[in-house]
Amino acid sequence: MKNRRTFLKHSGLAVVGAGLFAPTKLLSAAGLASGTLAASGLEALPGKKPLIKRSYRPVNYETPVDYFDDVITPNDRFFVRWHLTNVPEIAVADWKLKIGGESAERPFELTMEQLKKDFPAVELIAVCQCSGNRRGLSDPHVAGVEWGYGAMGNARWKGARLKDVLAKAGIKPDAVEITFDGAEGPALDKTPDFVKSLPLWKAVDDNVLIAYEMNGEPLPHLNGGPARIVVPGWTATYWMKKIVAINAVAKPLQGFWMNPAYRVPKGMFPTGERFTSQEKDNVATTPITEMVVNSLITNIKDGQRFSAGVPVVVKGMAWDAGYGINLVEVSTDGGRTWQDAVLDRDHGRFSFRLWQFSFQPSQPGTHVVMAKASNRQGATQTLELIFNPAGYQNNVVQRIAIQVA
Amino acid sequence: MRTLAISSILGLVAFSSLAFASEDQIELKQGPGREAVMANCVMCHSLDMIQINSPFLKRGQWEATVNKMRKVMGAPISDDDTAKIVAYLSKYYGID
Repeated sequence: MKNRRTFLKHSGLAVVGAGLFAPTKLLSAAGLASGTLAASGLEALPGKKPLIKRSYRPVNYETPVDYFDDVITPNDRFFVRWHLTNVPEIAVADWKLKIGGESAERPFELTMEQLKKDFPAVELIAVCQCSGNRRGLSDPHVAGVEWGYGAMGNARWKGARLKDVLAKAGIKPDAVEITFDGAEGPALDKTPDFVKSLPLWKAVDDNVLIAYEMNGEPLPHLNGGPARIVVPGWTATYWMKKIVAINAVAKPLQGFWMNPAYRVPKGMFPTGERFTSQEKDNVATTPITEMVVNSLITNIKDGQRFSAGVPVVVKGMAWDAGYGINLVEVSTDGGRTWQDAVLDRDHGRFSFRLWQFSFQPSQPGTHVVMAKASNRQGATQTLELIFNPAGYQNNVVQRIAIQVA
Repeated sequence: MRTLAISSILGLVAFSSLAFASEDQIELKQGPGREAVMANCVMCHSLDMIQINSPFLKRGQWEATVNKMRKVMGAPISDDDTAKIVAYLSKYYGID
């Protein structure tokens, strides 16, 4: 009992001590709202391990942080995100993909057999992250699906290059964007259907796929099977699930899901790849495109206890839009000093990059562990939230307070 | 994809049967306006969308949200029900 009291006293002092050196904003960083926490729980969808249920309908479930213990996120642990009520299960034999639009020379239809047989298969590992991942941590909170850290995953995707399929249709010179419609549909006729577009130059990028396999298995229903679009480096809003129609169009796609949805204030998150056909001089926002540099500590939790003099291993992963993670720094003193973590093997520039860092806490008390990734462009994570009304692009450096006794 | 094909309706039922069972367990707080919420909002989403978005929206933000559901998402909510829903959400799931 005496030991415990001594411990509490010391840890209290350590917290005060940390407060002297850390910006107060960081110490008051918001977690999930109380209503979010109360309504969320671990529940298993068909074919899935228990995930954190955020909403039953549309079906929105996120991956618990401690499931991210390897570079690939297994299919049964992969987050689930849909926008609309109706998510039909489509048998592969019944699935057809229509390629057309006013800027296609030769519209045609594809079966799965043809997609696999007529176009070279490509495999790549890429992070699929919801634009609103970590929205629930926004301070102040903003309306939407209140995601924590797990609206993302890293998988090996196999499919045909979109550009090969578009080439067969013949794209006219006046094409500006390629639009994508999935089988997901609204409950009401008047609800805007979830349709998205990519600028033509991005749609014909070598890495953009019509994927039909995920981690060596047929693409699961809940993750967009029979086939979905994969846009490595860009947020998952462009990774249309259950793709059934692709159109080449001469005018920028309009509609709720292009504007005002999925947008950030112009200039707030400078990126190498902008979607300029969706920009207007008199509109203050631009479509979200590339993921920002980010990292996640996966093996320790706030409040976890460790013993003084015993090594602590901190593990996690880092990712960006495909420029390549080249540095992860870890602080164990609330951000005063930083040391380089050891980067694990590179699985490709669009993949999670695992890292780890060992340290031996000698002093009892609270130690605030932080991790900060940087990429080859020199971009890094932010210490303070860059607030935007939809809660996008949250890459605030985590602060995990561990207790050493 | 907008479709009223039988296959898609069957798909919806098959897909959602498990989710719906749990969805029925959601209990919103008792209070005036709860009936209007239950009658209108479940057409398009489960009621946990309300719970997870609480308590941090001000009355004006709940009002904007309900208006978005009407004007953007096309929910056929009457003016009368809108007033009841906004009052209920801001009182039981809001912050002022």
